[in-house]
Order: sequence, then structure tokens, then C-alpha cells
Amino acid sequence: MEGNINMVGYGLAAIGPGIGIGLIFAAYISGVARQPEARGMLQSIAILGFALAEALAIIGIGLAFAL
Amino acid sequence: MSSSVLAVEGEGFVSPSPGTFVYPPAFGEGTFVTKPMLIVILGSLAVAVFFFLAARRAAMVPGKTQFVGESLYGFVRNSIALEAIGKPGLKYVPYLATVFFFLATLNISGILPLVQFPATSKIAIPLVLAVISCVIFNVIGIKREGLGGYFKHMMFPSGIPWPVYILLAPIEFVSTIIIRPLTLTLRLTFNMFAGHLVLVLFILGGEYLVFEYGGVVGIAAGTVALLGSLVLTAFEGFVQLLQAYVFTLLSALYIGGALQDEH
Repeated sequence: MEGNINMVGYGLAAIGPGIGIGLIFAAYISGVARQPEARGMLQSIAILGFALAEALAIIGIGLAFAL
Repeated sequence: MSSSVLAVEGEGFVSPSPGTFVYPPAFGEGTFVTKPMLIVILGSLAVAVFFFLAARRAAMVPGKTQFVGESLYGFVRNSIALEAIGKPGLKYVPYLATVFFFLATLNISGILPLVQFPATSKIAIPLVLAVISCVIFNVIGIKREGLGGYFKHMMFPSGIPWPVYILLAPIEFVSTIIIRPLTLTLRLTFNMFAGHLVLVLFILGGEYLVFEYGGVVGIAAGTVALLGSLVLTAFEGFVQLLQAYVFTLLSALYIGGALQDEH
């Protein structure tokens, strides 16, 4: 079998941000369910949190190719 | 499906790699203009021409082009600048709108038929924009509070017991000056990079399975892969617009942070 072990490492490293993004959107959904009129405000906060958590996964894939 | 792709890899399917992103000069040997450069030039021209046409004959009752242009500009103004910065953010709408539409165009070139290469997956473009954003919010902060005041505010926020500063000050400094532009750059670059890689894998892999691996298994799996590539293209379009939005939103938030009195 050919391939790069970095990609296995990246797969493992993506678990953390995956859980984090799941938690962020879970909180966003339950927030909107409780208070639908707060959707606009929550949306940008949720996307901000998503972007910050996703940065970890993205740094991971960058390093998986670079190292 | 993915296991059959893996199975054929050893026999001659060359899976896409970072080498996929290296283009030879577009006009033959000796010239230096490559496809990504052409996309950047044409993309900026397209944005400039569109907004020029939209703003040329601004009327009280907008025409079609003016209406579309104003709605797009209004989106950046209302849901990025006003949302993230507030009233003082109106001054920075031109910059934010430029960044947003430049990035959105270059991102969406990744799923545009016949172009199909996201120019922002080349790290230089997001890097330059991120450095510009970084310079802007630092200059705003320094102008407002003075050089010493800005760094004091940034590295030594009030209301914290002093031993924490030993840890906090370097972290805050590195995070503001280095990590912020770096993550802006990497997030955009590698989102586009990974998205393009997945699309290339699905399309080339599907093509290989259908036409070269053959057999019932190959054609069935390849068809699934090619149909999947259509779904992924739509998803990729969503991600590309979202990433342009995220880049602009984060720039706006950093500018807003520099404009605020208390953190």
C-alpha cells in the first residue's frame, strides 16, 4: 500500500475541530430554536466560531502537505 | 466507492497532489503568465467593470444593474460592516466590499466551467490581503491610542492579576501581530486547496474508473463518483462564498476590535 502517513495524522487531527464545529452549530441551532428572532445576531457569531475552530483543521491539512 | 479508488491507485491512477496546482506558463515557454495569474487579472477586471457599470448612472429609481450592484454592496455594508463594527464601520465598507467581491470572484472561479481553478488556492493572494487587513487594523489602533497605548491595551488588558501578564502579554502580542494574518491566509488558502483537490480526485477518479478500469464495478463506482462530483461542486460553491464572507467578517471584527474602547 502506498500513501503518506501524514494523511492518517491529519485524519486524527481533524477529529478535534470536527467535534468543536459540531458543538458550535448545536449551540446555534438550540439558540435559534429557543429564540428565533435572535437568528441574525447568532448567525454571525456561529460563523465566527466555526471559522476559528475550522482554522485548526486547516492548519492541520497545511502541515500534512508541508511536512 | 473510495476503497475501489484506492485499489486502482497502484495500477496507474495518479491521484491528485499539490503538483496539480502548479501550472506551466499559459503562452508557451519563456513567458511567465500562468493560468492563476490570468484568473486574477480577469477576475479583478470583471469585478471592476461590473461595479463601474452598476454605479455609472446612479438614479433614484435604480435600473437592473444598479439594483444588483447596490444589493451586493448593501449586503457587505449591513451584514458585515454594521453587524461586526457598528456605525463607525461605515468608513471601512469600501475596503471590506473590495475584499469580499475580489475574493468571492477568485474563489468562485474554482467551480466556473472552463476556468475551474480557485486562484485563491495560491497562497500569495490571501497572504497579501491578510497583510493589508493586519496593517489596517494595527494602524487604526495605533492612530487612536498612540503606539505605547495601543500595545499596552493589547498586551496588558486591565482587571487581571499581574502574574498572569507573564503568560498573557506574549500570547496576545503574537496572536495579534502574527497569528491573525496567518490564520486568515491559511484558512482561505487551504479551504480552496482542499476543495479543489477533492473535486479533481472525484472527477479524474470517476473518469479513470469508467473509461480505463472498466467492468461493471468500475462503471458503477465511476458513475457514482462523477455524480458525487456534481454534488461536491455545489457544496464547493457554497464553501467558496462562505470563505469570502468569513475572511471579510474576520477583517471587520479585527478592525472593530481596534476601534473599540474596552476589550
